[in-house]
Amino acid sequence: MPSEPILSVRNVSKAFGAVQALNRVSFDVAPGQVVALAGDNGAGKSTLIKAISGVFRHDEGDILLESKPIDFATPQEARDSGIETIYQDLALADNLSIGENIFLGREPKRTLFGFLPILDRKKMAAAAQETMARLDFHVTRLDAPVAAFSGGQRQAIAIGRALFWNARLVIMDEPTAALGVSQTEMVLNLIKTLAERGHAVIVVSHNLIDVFQVADRIAVLYLGTLAAVAPASEFDSQSVVEYMTTGSATRPTNGGSAEPASSPGFSTGSEG
Amino acid sequence: MASPTASETIDAQSPRIAGRSGPHPILVRIAELRAWLFLILLIVFFEIWSRASGGDSFIFSIYNLQSITVFATAPLFLALGQTFVIISAGIDLSLGFIMGLSSVIAAHSANYLLGWGVHPLLATLIACLFGSAIALLPGLVNGWLIAQLKVPPFIGTLGMYGVARGSAYLFAGGMTVAIENDWYSAIGNGRVYGVPVLVILAVIACLILHYVLTQTRFGQHTYAMGASKAAASRAGINLKRLTLKIYLLSALMAGVAGVLYTGRFSAGAPQAGEPLLLDSIAAVVIGGASLFGGSGTISGTVAGALVIAVIQYGLVFIDVEPFWQFIAVGAVIIVSVLVDQAQRRLTGGRLAE
Repeated sequence: MPSEPILSVRNVSKAFGAVQALNRVSFDVAPGQVVALAGDNGAGKSTLIKAISGVFRHDEGDILLESKPIDFATPQEARDSGIETIYQDLALADNLSIGENIFLGREPKRTLFGFLPILDRKKMAAAAQETMARLDFHVTRLDAPVAAFSGGQRQAIAIGRALFWNARLVIMDEPTAALGVSQTEMVLNLIKTLAERGHAVIVVSHNLIDVFQVADRIAVLYLGTLAAVAPASEFDSQSVVEYMTTGSATRPTNGGSAEPASSPGFSTGSEG
Repeated sequence: MASPTASETIDAQSPRIAGRSGPHPILVRIAELRAWLFLILLIVFFEIWSRASGGDSFIFSIYNLQSITVFATAPLFLALGQTFVIISAGIDLSLGFIMGLSSVIAAHSANYLLGWGVHPLLATLIACLFGSAIALLPGLVNGWLIAQLKVPPFIGTLGMYGVARGSAYLFAGGMTVAIENDWYSAIGNGRVYGVPVLVILAVIACLILHYVLTQTRFGQHTYAMGASKAAASRAGINLKRLTLKIYLLSALMAGVAGVLYTGRFSAGAPQAGEPLLLDSIAAVVIGGASLFGGSGTISGTVAGALVIAVIQYGLVFIDVEPFWQFIAVGAVIIVSVLVDQAQRRLTGGRLAE
């Protein structure tokens, strides 16, 4: 596994008025790696992903994308640089087909009779079929609006869109929050598939079972500071919960010590 | 593994998006075409009624066809623009009086130009262009209020309803503005091979707007915005500019309707579109659009406008007291919304998973 990180967050701080939402947070995400971002409500998880995905700017510290510092003014700039964020509500237009959703805002065109520009629906449908097949989804009704598909399938469509535009880093906000058991399983498998293809993935989740199932590394936030970041194998549910609720663990974790945030020199590779 | 009898049959190992999720495509088509089916039923109904009571044929009459289609054009022009607005999850209440304003301005322009010795044909063309263009002004204000100042469309365009109404009456001096220009009147009353000029213009407008709605990014983004503003904006669509364009388009169509009204009645009237606003919304809704946004077609709107015209004309034709028209159109609106909701439960029920 390549050790050069796609994303490096270095001592990033962000305050909203008197509230210090993020306090000198640092962690890395390597290609092919799934990093789970855990933390209680208000720990700073969404502040952190919004700073990465260009929703707002951070105050201090550096965010490096492939070693180059980034400072996005808009989510569009982040997307153009290969950072795709999939929010809980998915941001799909329910009345449009899979292909139309993949291309929303950048629709391909062709010319009819040599002069009349029209939308290239064939190209959109073909791209939808091909992209979804890469996720092992075989779509039979390419013209159906995405409203016709289930929650898990829609999550897959959002992932497919990120895949199609070749996002290097995919950030997923609570991807399984609204899903049933079998659909959760399916989405977790998709996340693993994304990582296997070499994409870097950040997953924000409350669900520790999900976290342990997909994450290579776990970063725990506590009141805006990074309580711990380490390979997933070095945590167990108990220690993650302790980091989430108190900011420290009272007993040793599984494989030794999860590095506390104050130790600056944690490694970026995963144990895999 | 989930039971395969459940409506969701997803195999976690090899997930498939199957064709079974959703109704058969032909059923969807029929639902889309329901306004046209209803139109045919109405025509059959009036035909049978008319024949049974010993009268003439309702539909196999050139005169009736000309009358119904001409009757349908004015609300149709308003409804075409309104279709875009409603698909985007907005509403434009100002269209009726924008139409009146354009009608008055076009009449005045035609008269002034004639008075300055301009050729009647040239005067007609300039008056039509100017009258249509003046509608862009209230459209611009509507779009600016809704896009930039975040005024709800219902309130913003209700305000413009009053402003346009007052302006139209002021420009007209509280009366109708008669024109004497045979060229201009020919637009409103002329025929080409028996087909009224108004109907030809309406068909052209429908084709252009059908193209715009189905084959351009503007149309595609209008649908996306109506379904989810968040989705559209995260996809990088500039919602402010899109909103502005949509309200400019609907105002422009109202302007065209006003200009044509002046031709048809040889006079500009501030109240030209007063009874037509609700008809235009009704036509869009009967045509299958949802007031919640995200759905609607030009073809459906055309059928909706024809349904209203056939009801209104047909009831007069079979000698029913005219007040029944309101009741009939009102009932049709309610029924079409109920059918729409039932259809949504059938096709979009997965949303509430």
